[in-house]
Amino acid sequence: MLSAGAAAAGSAKRPHVTIRGLSKRFDATVIYDKFDLDIPRGELISVFGPNGCGKSTLINMIAGLIPPDAGQILFDGRKLSDIKFGYVFQNYREALFPWLRAFDNIAYPLKLENVPGTERHARTEALVAHLGIKLDLALYPYQMSGGQQQLVSILRALVVEPEILFLDEPFSALDYEMTLFMRQQLQRIFAETGTTTMLVSHDLEEAVFLADRVLLLSRHPARVAAFMSVAAARPRTDATLSDSTFIHTKAQCLEIFQREVRRR
Amino acid sequence: MNARKSEALLPLLGIVGLVALWSLVAWREWVSPVLLPSPLLTFKALWHGMDGGTLGFDFVKTVYRTAAATAIAAAIGIPLGIVLGSIEQLYRSLEFVIDFFRSTPASAMFPLFLVLFGVGDETKIAVAAFGAILVILFNVAYGVMNARKTRLLAAKVMGASRLRVLFDVMLLESLPQTFVGLRNGVSLALVIIVVAEMFIGSQDGLGHSVFEAQQLFDMPLMYAAIFAAGALGYGLNLLFLLIERRFVHWSGK
Repeated sequence: MLSAGAAAAGSAKRPHVTIRGLSKRFDATVIYDKFDLDIPRGELISVFGPNGCGKSTLINMIAGLIPPDAGQILFDGRKLSDIKFGYVFQNYREALFPWLRAFDNIAYPLKLENVPGTERHARTEALVAHLGIKLDLALYPYQMSGGQQQLVSILRALVVEPEILFLDEPFSALDYEMTLFMRQQLQRIFAETGTTTMLVSHDLEEAVFLADRVLLLSRHPARVAAFMSVAAARPRTDATLSDSTFIHTKAQCLEIFQREVRRR
Repeated sequence: MNARKSEALLPLLGIVGLVALWSLVAWREWVSPVLLPSPLLTFKALWHGMDGGTLGFDFVKTVYRTAAATAIAAAIGIPLGIVLGSIEQLYRSLEFVIDFFRSTPASAMFPLFLVLFGVGDETKIAVAAFGAILVILFNVAYGVMNARKTRLLAAKVMGASRLRVLFDVMLLESLPQTFVGLRNGVSLALVIIVVAEMFIGSQDGLGHSVFEAQQLFDMPLMYAAIFAAGALGYGLNLLFLLIERRFVHWSGK
């Protein structure tokens, strides 16, 4: 199953991320055991699976937030320290810096790269203009709505022009109306930048709606239960939610998910 | 609008009530006028004392000593708190010592500091600074240690070095708690200074003023000096609160 999925992914494009022999345990619980996966370039991958299967752990290991016990993760053959990446936390309230205005929050990663002030300013403005984001960036994060704050987090992750973007349940703290809006924003951003994106979601509809492929994980130790392509055309809209291809793909994913939940 | 206006006047109610009750007690002479002068007499004593009288001079002396003690305490307590807070093992190993001296009444240190510094201003300022340092240090260290883990992780994942995380995140994260320390520190410093002015050979200051008025049985002046001390304490607290609101605008949000 795994190698078939990995091979299918690899056949279309050269993989961006290659994961080999990844192992991780928390105390006595084996979360990953010799896990292999290829992540295709320039696609939006949703990670979905049963509770506690290690969805977030996977992207956290890829993004270097959690060290794996064993295994290798390479980006085009390079190590994490040699590439630029962005990471968006679920908890935007605690991830942004409340003492900086939204604009300076977004520009902060450039400061860490020692980009001079004027260029920081120009690049941040260019990014916001390029993505057509309408936000008052002179505000402090605590003066913004949750969705706006998360949008600032996403922009902050994008400002360094990352090769890969990680999002850990980015919309799960938002209400439904805001979630719908943010899906559109993320889709637009993805269409504009084409950055390889890994998004952890606990909402199947969201996972399928946003993804080029849904990575379905099994209960731990996690295996790839399926690496399902989502054929629905882009840009996806509210109408997509009732589109037959979309519904079919979602039903397939749900079936696999339930099979994995019931196993053991 | 009217409702909101009357809301804003609520805090005045307590003051008016207190003065009214005090006037009534003084007027009916429920308490001997020798012990409790009328509000008017007390206010007059306060006015004359502050307007060119010795009370104003004493007030300035106490402000100076309290400010000096707090400044010294902040200059030592804040950097030390940051260092201790960012190296948690170090803080844990010193926690008992800090807690012990934080719990020791600073007034118990007077004799020791008298031996060390003599009977001048230095002793009063040093004891007050000693008390305030521990309060400030403790709060700063906890502010640094309790920096939001997600925020630290966010900075780390963006590639911030340890030093960068300390200056760009931990320091700012600790500011609200630092101001809690400063407010408590200045209050404690004032308490210690006033006590010191009463009992360790002082010629001036509000503590001396209260004590002397009591010795001379000048009750209006004594109450006036007490009020001056109260106003000073309240004012210092307010000052730090305003500074905090200006510079730590995100506090509590």
